[in-house]
Amino acid sequence: MSRLLEIEDLSVRYRMLPSWRAAMQSQDPYLNAVCGVSFAIEEGQSFALVGESGSGKSTLARAIMGIEKAHSGSIRFQGHELRGLSKRGYKSFRRNMSMMFQDPAGSLSPRLTVKRLITEPFLIHQIRNTNIEDEAIKLLQMVGLGSEFLNRYPHQLSGGQARRVGVARALALSPKLLVADEPTAGLDVSVQGEVLNLLLELQQQQNISVLIITHNLNVVLHFADRMAIMYLGRFIEQGAAQEIFLRPRHPYTQALLSSSPEPDPDSKGSRIELKGEVSSNMDRPAGCEFHPRCPIAQSLCTSTAPRESSADHGHSFSCHYPVAIFNEN
Amino acid sequence: MLSDPVLQIRNLSVEFSARKRTIRALRNIDLDIPRGGTVGVVGESGCGKSTLILSIMRLLAPNSKIVSGDIVFEDRSLFELTEREMQSVRGNEISMIFQDPLTSLNPVISVGQQLIDVQYRDSVAKKVKQQRAIDALSQVGIPDAEARLSSFPHQFSGGMRQRIAIAMTMIEEPILLIADEPTTALDATLEVQIIRELKELQKQSRCSILFVSHHLGVVADLCDYVVVMYAGEIVEQGPVRDLFYNVRHPYAQKLLECDPARIVRSAEKKFPTIPGDLPDLGNLPGGCIFSNRCHSAFDKCETHSPRRTEVSTGHSVSCHLY
Repeated sequence: MSRLLEIEDLSVRYRMLPSWRAAMQSQDPYLNAVCGVSFAIEEGQSFALVGESGSGKSTLARAIMGIEKAHSGSIRFQGHELRGLSKRGYKSFRRNMSMMFQDPAGSLSPRLTVKRLITEPFLIHQIRNTNIEDEAIKLLQMVGLGSEFLNRYPHQLSGGQARRVGVARALALSPKLLVADEPTAGLDVSVQGEVLNLLLELQQQQNISVLIITHNLNVVLHFADRMAIMYLGRFIEQGAAQEIFLRPRHPYTQALLSSSPEPDPDSKGSRIELKGEVSSNMDRPAGCEFHPRCPIAQSLCTSTAPRESSADHGHSFSCHYPVAIFNEN
Repeated sequence: MLSDPVLQIRNLSVEFSARKRTIRALRNIDLDIPRGGTVGVVGESGCGKSTLILSIMRLLAPNSKIVSGDIVFEDRSLFELTEREMQSVRGNEISMIFQDPLTSLNPVISVGQQLIDVQYRDSVAKKVKQQRAIDALSQVGIPDAEARLSSFPHQFSGGMRQRIAIAMTMIEEPILLIADEPTTALDATLEVQIIRELKELQKQSRCSILFVSHHLGVVADLCDYVVVMYAGEIVEQGPVRDLFYNVRHPYAQKLLECDPARIVRSAEKKFPTIPGDLPDLGNLPGGCIFSNRCHSAFDKCETHSPRRTEVSTGHSVSCHLY
């Protein structure tokens, strides 16, 4: 397998204060939304980003797509460096990478028909040697919608259907990488499955790599080969999805895993409850950034930030006192 | 039925008229909320959960019509109260927590003032009201409550905002608390915290809770009694253990199967779904409303509506299979 996407030490920051004011108040003028993130996605692999709201998942995805400007680090796609490319330079790569946005109804223009929406990529990339009408019907078929949808407008679609149109549009130019930002948010459980099955199927058929953002951990285990858990813009743990589910090493991962329980009235007591509130990116705690909420924090955690340590199979985590691995015998 | 109910809903049917159509949003709802108990309502969007809540609060849109039935709260029919009497019920005896705390709190009024404003009915000194506000805030785990009274909603994090909304509803010590998906806008680890706090508050105040959610794991954890709704009808209701371990109605079974938390254990690589769409509530088919999506439907299902059958004490299901 070859590496499709390689991210190294990527940081994204937003300016919050003008520099003169920051200097006067001796404050950091920037909000570091993503700080020093590294990972790679192999061809045909799926990678999941997990974390609470505000942890920088979407910002990271948008930086990869070139919608957000990365401040430092590198983004290599098929061996080409993307960071610092001009808008026009980026465009040729965007043919091979596409994004499904979080809010499907909001990302579909209300004034365009489904046909126009899913064939827009052909116009943008000036692909004229195909019959657009046929292409549109083929795409709709692929996502399980009939040709009667061609002339509908977004308001005539249900939530699940709008999501399908989003998938069709993202896959119009047969990209190598699909970035799916919360593809099931806001859908009912019975429809969630449909969208995920569709993505799984298409991924297997077309060997697409998928970067999926979600806060539903159960989806991750089923869907992704590898995963990373984000907290305040950093990866606190990453590795093979199976491995992390079986042997989470970071206490936050452990709490997160335990907080989406099976619907079982007698399975109480297995949840790990965190105390306190999520810290803000603007006011990062010293030492380990998770320590104010960590159930096992010690004095070292409040003063020194942990370094990344690694375990087997590319599993890495940042914690001074990682959760012990149970002896499984 | 359950003994000593706080709220009894009897044969409630609600319709909306939209253009020339009549949308039959709720049909023949029977539901009791026991004193001090927690009843969970689950179902997908469009199943009538919100209409049910709004009927209890009597806040339905003007194009709605209560076709039949009654809601009895503490031996009074809510439909017979005057608007003025209803106002003294809302927020006082029946309180509500909304889904999104950012939109239910007023952004331009300080949290302390809002907590004082909800006590407008009480003729006590402002000092007393302020003290109550401080107590309520510290009760829901807001540190430094006194100093934070002057803060505005945007200065709190999402979890804290929802806690403030909870404090606001609890300040008048309601008899019934209606929680409309109070944790949907929150992250998983915060959700666990809020649910634990709700439980704690209920223990102290002994109020009843009507908890609406689509998160089955939370319902299993918090509620004693569960109601499953589909397309405006209650298809199954029963004590939480009966419902989760001995679920009868095909829709309720499917809904439990579809919960993402359940599929983790299965080896199946596909996600379960319920194929098909909700029936059109403006043009209901005859027979059972779930028959077009049901995997075990037979001829009778398409012609006759099932009646409610009790399968064990307090556990009833509307399906021809039983």
